[in-house]
Amino acid sequence: MQPKSPYIEVVSLNEEDFSSGQILFRHDRLIAHYAWDTGIAIGYFLGGLKAGVILGAYCSTCRKTVTPPRIVCEWCFRPMQRFVELSDTGKVNTFSICYITWDVKRISEPEIPAVIEIDGASPGHGFLHKLAEVDPNEVHIGMKVQAVWKPPEERCGSITDILYFRKF
Amino acid sequence: MKYRKVAVVGAGMTQFVRRAKETPQELAYKAVRAALDSCELTINDIDAICLGSAPDSFDGFHMKGEYLSSSAGAFRKPFMRSYVGGGTGVFVPIQGWYHVASGLFDVVLVVAEEKMSSYYPHAQAAFLTIFDHTLERPLKPNLLWIFALEMNRYMTTYGLSKADIARVSVLHKRNAADHPCALLGDPNITVEDVLQSETLAWPVQRLDVSPVSDGAVAIVLAAEHIARRITDKPIWIEGVGWCLDTAYWTNRDLAYPRYVDVAAKMAYDMAGIKEPRKEIHIAEPYDPFDYKALHHLEGLQLAERGKAIELYLSGEAERNGNLPICPSGGLLGVGNPIAAAGLMKIAELFWQLRGEAGRRQVPGNPRRGIAQAWGDLMQVGTVVILGR
Ligand SMILES: [Zn+2]
Repeated sequence: MQPKSPYIEVVSLNEEDFSSGQILFRHDRLIAHYAWDTGIAIGYFLGGLKAGVILGAYCSTCRKTVTPPRIVCEWCFRPMQRFVELSDTGKVNTFSICYITWDVKRISEPEIPAVIEIDGASPGHGFLHKLAEVDPNEVHIGMKVQAVWKPPEERCGSITDILYFRKF
Repeated sequence: MKYRKVAVVGAGMTQFVRRAKETPQELAYKAVRAALDSCELTINDIDAICLGSAPDSFDGFHMKGEYLSSSAGAFRKPFMRSYVGGGTGVFVPIQGWYHVASGLFDVVLVVAEEKMSSYYPHAQAAFLTIFDHTLERPLKPNLLWIFALEMNRYMTTYGLSKADIARVSVLHKRNAADHPCALLGDPNITVEDVLQSETLAWPVQRLDVSPVSDGAVAIVLAAEHIARRITDKPIWIEGVGWCLDTAYWTNRDLAYPRYVDVAAKMAYDMAGIKEPRKEIHIAEPYDPFDYKALHHLEGLQLAERGKAIELYLSGEAERNGNLPICPSGGLLGVGNPIAAAGLMKIAELFWQLRGEAGRRQVPGNPRRGIAQAWGDLMQVGTVVILGR
């Protein structure tokens, strides 16, 4: 008996089959709106941002300071001992120079997302943000940076209360 | 032995395409049909079904497991759907393995399906919901950011060049030219092509990335006493491992995949492997991006940290080299329908170890291979070792 192929062909479509109405399809959008509670640790963190301060959490068992703060230490699974104020400076752990938007549209002025290790947190601990006021060709891993804040009256307790980080 | 021995006895897959006319249910059915036919079983021989499929958001349909169950053969049978992001395709056979190894079932069907093309205008946006809603989404991230950030950290830590990393994409896409189901096989692609492709999010360029795809894969697992009746060439699952790292990805060492390291060591211990570099003959590391194959080979202990690229530069990674890597063509070449892509790697090892891989066949009767996948918020490692 001739063995059957384990490789099965499927019908491949291209964009033209849709635009020219060659095939049947249904187009629809989902409605999904949410109001997310901040929780305890991130609630403090956002409150800190509104006040112009970056907070971390300290575990006295591991002697580790992490940011963003959380209520439990994943290393020892004990409660974090306290929230601590960190500096608003840090260094670039890694970065990208991005030429597309979330829906894959081209942008001419690239964005520079980066992981920023925050001074005062344990080494390697930081969060995602963006860099600006810097020549993309000059950005490098290890570069010292500082937060650029919104004016106090415009801050609302959001990660965007930090506009971006710039060279320090 | 703590567990019953479990063998892969059959496998089948659909072509991976950018946009399939078939629905997810129809894709799943086609792969299942091919897998059952390959070992001449019927659905009545199947005791339970394990199904893997990635985010519901691709399909815009909640409870995708239930949606896919009947067409995957699960009508009135024990059924379980699992999901660990991109790691799903190598996690779902692990789940199938413990269904059988535990003694609960004798024959289990493992199915992985993904249809990414339904999402408009581009599936990338469906990934946005993986980012933290309070701290990350307000920055309007896109999925490429996390790969670009990890790639930059990895290549800067070890001083690797883009030109060297592009070798991965070239080898995998060339390998895929020999795969009948491949979406992006290209026998003539060069390093220059990769380096001159559009920059999306530096250091990531268009040809560093695997394509959005539709497709499905299925395999059949059987307990030892049944497996030997079904086939004279059973391929044994010798080891499995899986692990999740912290979800705080900005607190992690992005240059080294600890989650793969832990998962691989679990699998090597189970398989009694002491020296992976000598005892593994084929590797199918997860390669949604070219640098990821390198990153994962290091986590799998198949290369020193920062040195995986040498396998490609020396030719060892080629099909006739000492350690063939992604002889299938990988995600970069065959395509990346998320969950199905991982299970494709298991199916590839099955065909390779049986000597049934056709034009893709690795010479020298390879005895043992490893497949690995990765996903969630860059934090899960899933590993399976297969052997003859
Ligand atoms: Zn601790």
